[in-house]
Amino acid sequence: MELNAVYVIVAREFKKFIREKSRLFSAIARPLLWLFIVGAGISRLVPHETGVPYTQFIFPGIIGMTILFSSIFSSISIIWDKEFGFMKEILVAPVSRFSIVIGKALSGTILSTIQALIILALFPVLGFKLGLLQILEIILICVSLSFCISAFGIVIATFYDSYESFSVIMNFIIMPMFFLSGAMYPVKLLPDILRILAKLNPLTYGIDIMKHVLFPDAPGNMGPDISVMTSIAVIIFTSILFVVIAGKLFERKG
Amino acid sequence: MEIITPYDKIPRSLLRGSSLPIIQVENLVKKFGNITAVDDISFEVEEGTIFGFLGPNGAGKTTTINILCTLLSPTSGRTLIAGHDCISESSEVRKAIGIVFQDTTLDKDLTAYENLIFHAYLYNVPKSEMKKRVDDALKFVDLYDRKDDLVKKFSGGMKRRLEVARGLIHRPRVLFLDEPTLGLDPQSRTNLWEFITTLPEKHNVTIFMTTHYMEEAEVCDRIAVIDNGKIIAIDSPEELKKIVGGDVVSITTTDNVHVRKEIETVFKMGVSEKNDELYMTCTRGDTCIPELIRTLGERVLSVRIQRPTLNDVFLKLTGKTIREEETSGSDSVRESIRAYRRRH
Repeated sequence: MELNAVYVIVAREFKKFIREKSRLFSAIARPLLWLFIVGAGISRLVPHETGVPYTQFIFPGIIGMTILFSSIFSSISIIWDKEFGFMKEILVAPVSRFSIVIGKALSGTILSTIQALIILALFPVLGFKLGLLQILEIILICVSLSFCISAFGIVIATFYDSYESFSVIMNFIIMPMFFLSGAMYPVKLLPDILRILAKLNPLTYGIDIMKHVLFPDAPGNMGPDISVMTSIAVIIFTSILFVVIAGKLFERKG
Repeated sequence: MEIITPYDKIPRSLLRGSSLPIIQVENLVKKFGNITAVDDISFEVEEGTIFGFLGPNGAGKTTTINILCTLLSPTSGRTLIAGHDCISESSEVRKAIGIVFQDTTLDKDLTAYENLIFHAYLYNVPKSEMKKRVDDALKFVDLYDRKDDLVKKFSGGMKRRLEVARGLIHRPRVLFLDEPTLGLDPQSRTNLWEFITTLPEKHNVTIFMTTHYMEEAEVCDRIAVIDNGKIIAIDSPEELKKIVGGDVVSITTTDNVHVRKEIETVFKMGVSEKNDELYMTCTRGDTCIPELIRTLGERVLSVRIQRPTLNDVFLKLTGKTIREEETSGSDSVRESIRAYRRRH
């Protein structure tokens, strides 16, 4: 692996991210809308005796959503790079495809972790009392989940050459992943077929570990329902899998 | 760690004509489905020269470049750059080459300086030299004053120059230029050519370029004329022009009828007459004219010489001019290749 190349690929994304302030604002606005408008609305339908207030219940889901959107958006910038030709500059360089994938995945990881942490900072507003350890645990989850979803985004990006595909990715990948992740409602209440689909979604596991950290003893349906060990294993395994697949797909030549 | 090849130290004059060609292509074939884009071509390029690939759009020029640049695998055949196989040693090949693609491959949201630094990192240029090399490159292409401007503010000519500068940062042995003047205005085009012709001397680099502009190919040491995926002629511009049969000399005289007879008997040349002018084809017009004047004396009123252009060469070889070809089937070939690549 060429560390210089990995470094410069990350540095480029970071620089462009800093330069485009509007991108950061809209990235932060989306979770806030869900948290304070959709969340506030739906919370009126949810009985109070469930143990966890609804706005608290969706908090890990909204952090997960922030990661989902920003990681995939970051990774599919590859499609833009292809469209505008810059990808060729990277592909003809003496750099292994693996380094390119790692560089892009780390870019997504860093950018979405930053955004997730901005949302995480709202925890006092929502009535959470978190210790340092819990915060560190959530940061760790954010980093690994971001890496996993970014790597998944790269796999997606290898299939498309133009940004016309953006709405397809939005409607058929990002939104279903969000709705089938236990972010807005517990996975265990879903019909069988949807529950199976949710279990195939790595985001489900990331959000579930955060539930373990934020409200481990929630009674009834609101609490976590996958063991922490299982979730960690799934995230690590799928991360490796996506990186390997992405590397192979990048290797393809006409 | 940067590996300095011993070639860096050897003067270019010694390298010219050295036995090992820098690019070797043997029986290269590339098919996209049932379209044959490159049809069994072979050629060699000597180090330190400017080599041109001349042909209409869709002739297979870009496909060949993409194979040499390791972006595309050939269907069959062998390609070597600096002695390294483009497939099995692609990493070595990539270190040895710089490329300026047909369409810009700069990041328009980064500055000129950032684009070059990105490149320097990607090619593992030693940190201690990075800044100097980038600065030198920017000065070389006259963009140092604009180094902190975003590339999206640059004109087409500036972008192309920046790309050439970028392609040289890692000190490649071969620089590929795919239609480098496409879409540029005439003045930028001239400037870019003047600049490109200085590269072999100043940067110890071999230039491999493609163009479909005949007049641009004249700067090459050697030219391969390519049509429908095949090389139909390969030689120096001067030799290629001889295919046409030499320069056309036309004279007006006081007495066309007698002069015509005299030329035909004395010089054994075919002469034709059009609009009161006598036309003849000489292998070397520059020596032919003084002889004509010496023989004909004061009867000669005016002399005109027309040098053959590469356009004439292309016409002679293919029976069509390159511009005609441009508007016919070639664009659809390119479209089919794109569609094919999208599907696979």
